[in-house]
Amino acid sequence: MEGTGLPHDPYNLIVAGVGGQGNVMTSRTIGSMLASQGFFVTIGETFGASQRGGSVMSHLRISGRCSWSPQIPLGQAHMVVSMEPSEAIRVLKDFGNRGVKVITNTRPFLPVGVISGQLSYPSDEEIRGWVREMAEAAWFLNATEEAVKIGAPVLGNVIMAGALAGSGELPLPRALFEGAARKRFDGEVLAQNLTAFDVGVAAVAG
Amino acid sequence: MSHLHEETPGTRRLCMGNEAIVRGALEAGVAVAAGYPGTPSSEIIETLSAVAEPMGLYVEWSVNEKVALEVASSASFAGLRALAVMKQPGLNVASDYLLHLSASGTRGGMVLVSADDPGALSSVNEGETRPYAKLMEVPLLEPGDFQEAREMTAWAFELSETLCNVVLVRTVTRLSHASGTVVMGELRKAEKTARFTHDGFIIDPMEGVVMSPPVEWKHGQQQEKLEKARVLFETSPFNTYEGPEAPELLIITSSVCALYSREAVSLLNAEERVGILKLGTTWPLPETLVKKHLATAKKVLMVEEVLPFLEGEIKILAAESADEIGVKTFYGKKEGTLPSTGEMNPDRVVAALSTILDIPYEGLDATYAQRATEVSFMGSPNREATFCPGCPHRASFWAINTALSMDNRNGFVCGDIGCYSMAVLPAGFSTLKTLHAMGSGTGVASGFGKLSPFGMDQPVVSVCGDSTFFHSVLPPLANAIHHRANLTLVVLDNSGTAMTGFQPHPGLGVDAMGSPADSIDIPAVCKALGATVKVGDPFEVTTTREILFDLMDQEGVGVLVLKQACALSPEKKHARAWDMAVDESACLGESCGCNRLCTRVFACPGLVWDKEKGKARIDEVVCTGCGVCADICPVGAIRKNVAETV
Repeated sequence: MEGTGLPHDPYNLIVAGVGGQGNVMTSRTIGSMLASQGFFVTIGETFGASQRGGSVMSHLRISGRCSWSPQIPLGQAHMVVSMEPSEAIRVLKDFGNRGVKVITNTRPFLPVGVISGQLSYPSDEEIRGWVREMAEAAWFLNATEEAVKIGAPVLGNVIMAGALAGSGELPLPRALFEGAARKRFDGEVLAQNLTAFDVGVAAVAG
Repeated sequence: MSHLHEETPGTRRLCMGNEAIVRGALEAGVAVAAGYPGTPSSEIIETLSAVAEPMGLYVEWSVNEKVALEVASSASFAGLRALAVMKQPGLNVASDYLLHLSASGTRGGMVLVSADDPGALSSVNEGETRPYAKLMEVPLLEPGDFQEAREMTAWAFELSETLCNVVLVRTVTRLSHASGTVVMGELRKAEKTARFTHDGFIIDPMEGVVMSPPVEWKHGQQQEKLEKARVLFETSPFNTYEGPEAPELLIITSSVCALYSREAVSLLNAEERVGILKLGTTWPLPETLVKKHLATAKKVLMVEEVLPFLEGEIKILAAESADEIGVKTFYGKKEGTLPSTGEMNPDRVVAALSTILDIPYEGLDATYAQRATEVSFMGSPNREATFCPGCPHRASFWAINTALSMDNRNGFVCGDIGCYSMAVLPAGFSTLKTLHAMGSGTGVASGFGKLSPFGMDQPVVSVCGDSTFFHSVLPPLANAIHHRANLTLVVLDNSGTAMTGFQPHPGLGVDAMGSPADSIDIPAVCKALGATVKVGDPFEVTTTREILFDLMDQEGVGVLVLKQACALSPEKKHARAWDMAVDESACLGESCGCNRLCTRVFACPGLVWDKEKGKARIDEVVCTGCGVCADICPVGAIRKNVAETV
């Protein structure tokens, strides 16, 4: 939409993953960066005991016009950022469409049914194939592995936020991330967060 | 990000609905807040307790919701502004007191926030707050977005003081746990002087005795207050209308359903045909305002969660004023345009509008959806909810379940509310056979425990958590002991209200604000009541089972307190008692007669079935070293060694 710098208004972003992966933090980080630029941001999320080890999803609505509902209508996602590959596929079932874009971590978080040998988990190759088939554009990165290299698996969330910034879909300038990170962290943790953001940007922009 | 109480007026900030409610309360100068944890309401008291010191507040997690309302109301009687917070089932608990409080009236601003969970996203019911406003004859406010959550909460205190009565604010999961843009208002310091004046003229509302009698006179006063509220509501800025002057269809809605309605109208590009009357003050209805809008349209759709509350009231109003406003065609839940179960969402409203206005809509492309469903079936294996690795509940239910099955008298367990409610699922070996309100497990067990004269010979067990024990298990436990019912209560004591985020309770030595508190010893309480009491460690499965056999065999009430902190609790994280390993030479794999008892049935996420080797394996990243699985393996192939790093 003209004037707002958004490709769609409202822009519908889904951040998906598994309970405990840091979904809420990721969506807050992205949402706060956008809200600080004057956008109306609504984040809908579910959490609680029923979500432990289960699928979790945050719905972000970004608009230059007004506040939108905390639930994205079916089939209306513009972008899916997933901390877990099979969760990206699960989200597309209800919210995907031919124009949707996907950025996903490739590191699986196995469901208990798979661990116990009752269900099987698809191969990396199968997942990539299906995501490419169902999305207009797709980026795959091993955010968990990269995060461990930087210092902690939890930085995978920052890498994914960086990747979203790198896709150029939403105005998420590095300076803004740095400013927010400086308020919360210092020393090595700050450096790790900034590195993680940059790694994410590079993985998608490249 | 700065704390909520540090934000200056005019600042725009992304706020969770619950945070917006907190900011509103702080802007009203709230002095005392009390509640009991429950999703989706818990963050309100949590956030308030975090700012209690700098803002000079008293904040507590009360033992249950009725006590929370009582505690908050005393502050109001003493002239302070006070807030009580609970999830909707807690309002049921508090309702006995609320009936009397609404009749006695209040002094300092008294606001009760009750959070509904339409669709039961984190509950075992989808109970409603709104009918209570009608039943208790108190005003009801329903914020429609995040900004309103702040503004309405602040205004609710003013309204309460204008009316001298409690004001109910109803929120829902999709508002409380969602976040949106909020512009901050001016903070107000809490009143510092509390004094309860009680020696004035007996029926003087500000100086007399605070009570519901003389009933008929007080009841009349209460209804006058409600009428005064209605008059104020007629011009309230929280009731808004958007749309054409004479719409083809008028939507009447409240709460987050207003956002869904706006979204649906926008998706169908029906802005020229549909008007939306969003009511923020839903009890008593602003009748003049509603009638004015009803007069402008022939068709009316009511969009609300969950039951047709507004729908019923608006139809009554329309019937009373048919001469004035004409005859309407109503759409809503009664004739099935919208469902009267589950939560509302934009698609449900779109479907209703698309039928009424005859506008075709396909949000999810049919061919895409079909292929996406196929792909999802293959590509996203189901994630069933389960207990965390190292969760004491998995071990407790393993012991209870195996004890009952070895006992072989078809015994059963009456369940209660907490993470352990998941024991109705395979995660807890489907051990729970009844599940209702907090404390009901032991109440129901107390009844079962008296059925032996009717031939019932099954052992009866109930479970409850440590917080639930204080909340509502004490009365049924006393009942069971007094009546010599035969039952075994297992208290799953994991040292905190774990499900909602480790809020303290009377069993712990700390309060909501982090100050020292006196802890009450659960085994000592049960003993004093007269039960046979045992204390055990759920990680010692064999011993736990032996104790259960003993308790189930004796007459009367036995209590087993199983103590082990939640695996996610701050003191437990990263602490590991055992290093676990599977001895591959001992594990018989598929050829063992156990049929993969460890990974298929016990199913801790830290224990993996290695398909290639056909043996069990420990996932060292996930395993917390509780050592329980060593007791599960029938051939002793899972070995535990004292952990090197603690």
